[in-house]
Amino acid sequence: MDDRRATPRTVLPAASVRAASVDIYAPQWRNFIFVAPFLFFFTTLLLVPLFWGMWLSFHKADTFSSGNFVGFGNYVRLFHDKVFLQSVWNTFYFVLLTVPTLALIGLFLALCLNRRTRTAAVLRTLFFSSSVLSVTIVTLIWRIVFIPNVGLLSTIYGWFGATAPAFISDPSLAMIGIAIATVWWCIGLPMMLFLSALQQIPQDIYEAAALDNANRWQTLRSITLPSIKRTFVLVVIVQIVLQFQLFGQAWLMTRGGPNNLTKPIVLYIYDTAFRRWDLGMGAAASEVLFILILMAAMVQYLVTRNKAGQA
Amino acid sequence: MRAPAISIKGRAFGDRVLLALVILLSLVMIAPVLWVIGLSLKENAELMANPNSVFQAPYTLKNYINTIGTSSVFVWVFNSIIVSGGLTLGTLILSSLAGYGFARLNFPGRNILFVIVLFGLAVPEQAVLVARHQIFSMLNFHNTYHGLILPGLSASFGVFLMTQYFKAIPKELDEAAMLDNASRFRTFWKVLLPLTVPAQATLGIFTFLGAWNDYLWPLISATKKDMYTLTVGMASTQTNFAQSEGIGFLMAQAVFAGAPILIVYLFFQKYIVTAVSGAAVR
Repeated sequence: MDDRRATPRTVLPAASVRAASVDIYAPQWRNFIFVAPFLFFFTTLLLVPLFWGMWLSFHKADTFSSGNFVGFGNYVRLFHDKVFLQSVWNTFYFVLLTVPTLALIGLFLALCLNRRTRTAAVLRTLFFSSSVLSVTIVTLIWRIVFIPNVGLLSTIYGWFGATAPAFISDPSLAMIGIAIATVWWCIGLPMMLFLSALQQIPQDIYEAAALDNANRWQTLRSITLPSIKRTFVLVVIVQIVLQFQLFGQAWLMTRGGPNNLTKPIVLYIYDTAFRRWDLGMGAAASEVLFILILMAAMVQYLVTRNKAGQA
Repeated sequence: MRAPAISIKGRAFGDRVLLALVILLSLVMIAPVLWVIGLSLKENAELMANPNSVFQAPYTLKNYINTIGTSSVFVWVFNSIIVSGGLTLGTLILSSLAGYGFARLNFPGRNILFVIVLFGLAVPEQAVLVARHQIFSMLNFHNTYHGLILPGLSASFGVFLMTQYFKAIPKELDEAAMLDNASRFRTFWKVLLPLTVPAQATLGIFTFLGAWNDYLWPLISATKKDMYTLTVGMASTQTNFAQSEGIGFLMAQAVFAGAPILIVYLFFQKYIVTAVSGAAVR
């Protein structure tokens, strides 16, 4: 097969090959047909809703009617709504709890499991396995861990005659409970990203360090960590973008309670738009979330672009 | 792939401390799952009397038999298969065509269109959720399979991935095919597409897993019980999660819903890990 395709190229004079390739790569309207199907769905289901959402955020709207133009009215109401401000704070608090934990535990696991033993392979499989579960199952598992009496935690505390902390109902612990379940669920991805970064460090640097009698701590600090600095930044940003979108865990574990203390922005949007049917205000809240995520995504773009530029 | 072993005093001790920490963390990973499996094998009355009874016989499969007999879990699994399968198939077709178009063909406005598609990567689902819901209400798309599948088809990630992949294939291949008078579509279908199987696998796994585990859109779009996907259906049974009723039954349902995807993961883990981490780095 390959021979047959290669033959005409060698037989034909160079000029006709060039003519053919010019013909192939000239701009033509009919080539558009390959990208048209995707662009149709992209436009109708992403671009239109995006601008429609912005438009909605300036209107007072419910399910079937898009009502009056209210200008920045929804945004003014939003920033006077204590529950919304609480949900913004909750989201930042959650990101602050989970992202550094995920990055540091992920890095620790990657450093320990970056070896070619069978045990390391089994443990890598184990630590990534929770990532394939759905949020429904993860929250079911962790509610049964945290629940009083039959819960795993209260059983373990019971062995020592102690009472387990009430991770779901105690106002000061509820968000931490959600964060623990989230770290358990999401730890696989940071670990894998760090592992692939570690495997790209050239081995001869380590050999040179060994010849210089560098100890493990020195090797870690002056070779390993500087080499994966960029991956660390990348992991942090990817996780910020992901964890900003917290919804399922909070909705299924605490319903946002107690006292709205675990209500994140997405849950606020869900409540406002789809339970109180105040679509305009829900749209305004989702624009605020969009801007926050867009900023993180911009940083990610700059970081990955620099990486490509350097390589 | 680790630093060459060098004999330094205290290395063995340090290794042991690290190993102990890793084992502790792996216990945290596995204990909750074992606990859930344990509870699913116990009679409810016995659990209520003494939670420690998880560690002793008798065990029973009653909860599983009840799950299979009475819950709607089969309907939800079926819905999830249709939705995830449909979305995966659609994404593969649209992304391959568009990826080939953007990587290989020229048409007016190509570069600016590609930049707009890339911008789609930065738009989170929540930013378009409210408007999408309103549009789907007007079209009467809620509580249908296409209502659950369509939003996912607008994701740019697949197009981005396939464009990169097509660009990496040497251009001599299509030029040779074109000189053989093959049409653009034939070149795409017969020559290039077979070479993109690894990328198709990555994209397929990533899309399927994402659709299977999606929660937010099915929650607001599928409001009728017989249109629930597995995630929404499972969540709906948790709503009355009273301590006194059917914990063993709920746990059996969780195991029933979680086990298939874990088994698939064990078989295809290499591809799944590549797919998920590749998607995150872009």
